[in-house]
Amino acid sequence: MSPWIEKQRYIIDFTISSLLRRKVKNFGLLALYTLIVFILASTMFFTYSIKKEASIILQGSPEIVVQKLVAGRHDLFPVRDIETLRNIRGVADVQSRLWGYYYDSLVKANYTLLTPPAQTDTAHAGTRTITVDSDTDDSSKPLFTLNGAALEPGTLIIGNGIARLRAIGKGDYMPFRASDGSIMNLKIVDTLSSQSELVSSDLMLMTEQDFRKLFGIAPDYVTDAVMTVKNPSEISMVASKINKRLPDSRPIVREEILRTYDSIFNWRGGMMIVIFSAAVLAFVIFAWDKASGLSAGERREIGILKAVGWETSDVIQMKFWEGAMISLTAFFSGVILAYIHVFFTGSPVFEPALRGWSSLYPNFALTPFINAEQITTLFFLTVVPYTVATIVPTWRAATIDPDTAMRHTGE
Amino acid sequence: MRNSSIFFSFLSAEAVLLSLLLVHASISESARHETIEEKAALVKTLQLTDLCLFTEARYTRHLSQADLNTAFQDHPLSLEHFPSGSFTQPPYGITERP
Repeated sequence: MSPWIEKQRYIIDFTISSLLRRKVKNFGLLALYTLIVFILASTMFFTYSIKKEASIILQGSPEIVVQKLVAGRHDLFPVRDIETLRNIRGVADVQSRLWGYYYDSLVKANYTLLTPPAQTDTAHAGTRTITVDSDTDDSSKPLFTLNGAALEPGTLIIGNGIARLRAIGKGDYMPFRASDGSIMNLKIVDTLSSQSELVSSDLMLMTEQDFRKLFGIAPDYVTDAVMTVKNPSEISMVASKINKRLPDSRPIVREEILRTYDSIFNWRGGMMIVIFSAAVLAFVIFAWDKASGLSAGERREIGILKAVGWETSDVIQMKFWEGAMISLTAFFSGVILAYIHVFFTGSPVFEPALRGWSSLYPNFALTPFINAEQITTLFFLTVVPYTVATIVPTWRAATIDPDTAMRHTGE
Repeated sequence: MRNSSIFFSFLSAEAVLLSLLLVHASISESARHETIEEKAALVKTLQLTDLCLFTEARYTRHLSQADLNTAFQDHPLSLEHFPSGSFTQPPYGITERP
């Protein structure tokens, strides 16, 4: 083994013995340091993964959603305006959407009620098959089927979150209080898959007939309209035309939806800045503690080492190894624990905050989207500053006279 | 065993464990491709616009469809008070921030 490596190993042996002499302080430091890395890494893993997943999943969201605004608020969209939208050059298709919210006072949860869109399409999603059919002339044919279960008037398909919260499932009845005060009992014919909870946990799919009856919405109104544009590069042009033709409307383009989810959990906003500030502040305290000088005991140790023949460079190497050992151990432990926390245990530390006041929270497993950039950023944010901060005061102490250093007493 | 050997063994074990987790991430990404496709298909079929993350208020359930005057939508002094508001940003396009 090369003499240089052997020398470093002796220095490391000595450094570990030195660290173990101050067990409580150093293990406390290591635990706190690991906790900071854990929080930073967990936040980074969680936010990046959910953003990435949202960007993939929401690629299929409508190209343009057109809302009607009345007094600055989202209002019901008149069916007659759909024809106006159809007449805009470049528009391929316009469809109406019927959706809304229902508050279930029994479990204090908000559900999203939705009528499956009227179109003829069959989508195979994994082993489940969704069929939507607009052939309303054929009354014997259901509007929507999920995995073979037909959605017909008087029936309902619910999200897995609702099924879990209400402990109900296929074959059960769900009561609703309609706008006229009557009670509507809808039969659950199927539940949406648990894998899709991130988008469907609180969904309830029902027929247009039941939806209108429940909320008392006249047939000449819908919730909003969705548009498909022939040339995707003309979406913004079509959106500006919508504003001109229907001044009281608000077009929301797919790009805005995707960017909304790209900026969700942005570090500059709300709780994120609190988490990051706390972590940065903790690091400042670490760095301040190190950079403001060594304790009397540490200075005495350096004085003795120099008196017995250690070079200044040896002392600096010893302190470098001290910083590197603590920060590397904290870095690896923090990142490993963060990965387990976010991707194996479902982020239990974040869940109470994310759940907020919601009674219905989706039960989802995030796909671990991790890249080298995240790990490198974490490394440079945590290991490098601490290691550098330990060397500067040591250099100052190691260059003073051993006699002066040893005269300091007490820890 | 020397202290340095114990330390490097521990550090190597942690590095190997982290590498295995990164391999797990890579494998999971491929394995969950089908699940993500299922969610994407549901979004496309049902014309969904938002993730079901925060069901506590209508403007947090559908972040991208929220009113322009959120969170003052109920009355002028209706300040933002839902916990999820501290995690999210206003919908893109409401603020001038890029």
